[in-house]
Amino acid sequence: MNPKSQRLIILFFFLTLLGLSTFLVLKSLEDNIVYFYSPTDINKKILSNEIDLSKRIRIGGLVKENSILKEGKKISFKIHDGIDEILVIYNGILPDLFREEQGIVALGKIENKNFSAIEILAKHDENYMPKEVSDMLKKNGKWKGKLN
Amino acid sequence: MINYLANPNRFLNFIKPIEFSIGVFSFLFIFIGLYLSLFNSPEDYQQGDTVRIMYIHVPFAWFASFLYLSISIASIFFLIWRHPFADIIARSVAPLGLIFSILTILTGSLWGKPMWGTWWVWDARLTSMLILCIFYFAYIGISNAFPRKIDGSKPAAILAIVGMVNLPIIKFSVDWWNTLHQPASIIRFDGPSINQEMLLPLVIMLLGFLFMSIFIILINIKTNLIYKKYQSEILKLG
Repeated sequence: MNPKSQRLIILFFFLTLLGLSTFLVLKSLEDNIVYFYSPTDINKKILSNEIDLSKRIRIGGLVKENSILKEGKKISFKIHDGIDEILVIYNGILPDLFREEQGIVALGKIENKNFSAIEILAKHDENYMPKEVSDMLKKNGKWKGKLN
Repeated sequence: MINYLANPNRFLNFIKPIEFSIGVFSFLFIFIGLYLSLFNSPEDYQQGDTVRIMYIHVPFAWFASFLYLSISIASIFFLIWRHPFADIIARSVAPLGLIFSILTILTGSLWGKPMWGTWWVWDARLTSMLILCIFYFAYIGISNAFPRKIDGSKPAAILAIVGMVNLPIIKFSVDWWNTLHQPASIIRFDGPSINQEMLLPLVIMLLGFLFMSIFIILINIKTNLIYKKYQSEILKLG
């Protein structure tokens, strides 16, 4: 075998092993790499006691319609992922994009099965269009409340 | 074709007549693209005017990744076929890629503050982009770390190939894990989810960035070739 094809084979094996080990590392760290849990994940974790209630976590989902309640500075609303939902209580400044059916990510702790948030970030989805188009879609009933 | 152009002198003769027009193209495309994206494209239904950051953020991010891919491919050619010109190409691409990756993070940060409510989060997409930026730094550092530059070529090439595993992670991070960053809008199974009026300026900007990258990399290649010649002349003089 000439040295060139020898080097090629070594490189090929090297890349395969590298890819495989990266995959295994990412797979085992999955719980740390996810930026937030969905309400379904979190309720499952509460039921199976998989979660440290004293630790701060992030949850994400869509703000449920007609669930936003404001009392002075305190605000509460539900977020859902189409399957499950959880009540979020928050005391602070909301991002501009915050509204019904908008994706958000909240940082905080689980308290009495509710989520007490200390920070709320807005998520926007992958759809880009002018306002006229989105209005038209809504009017024609073709608008889907997209789940991020 | 590749074999023919792998000779530096033939390569220089080949690019001489087209170099200027590549520069003109890059200027034209970016000029038209910027005009369209800043003055002649609609506001987004949810992001308003802030969406205009996309027209530079996306090209920066794409080319930061593409240029890294081209460094890794050139490094594979260098390691296996030991062709010195492949090393010169990889070295000429790296600084531009580093600048693009830094600007991706900066423009993303400026976009994140008004939209998400934060400059930075440690989600998978943002973190993997930061890792790309660090790989660029490491590549440039290692390839220039030795008194004789050529001694750094081999370790740098190995590093470039190792960093290649990060590229699919950047691309698919938004699908594999929950992230604050949005999922893909352009390259996806069911076609782009960007309205045509907004896609057009973005595509023009991407073409402009393609020509601009080629133009700048050609200048770097010429500089590096001249530097190499100069070094060998000095050696001859002793």
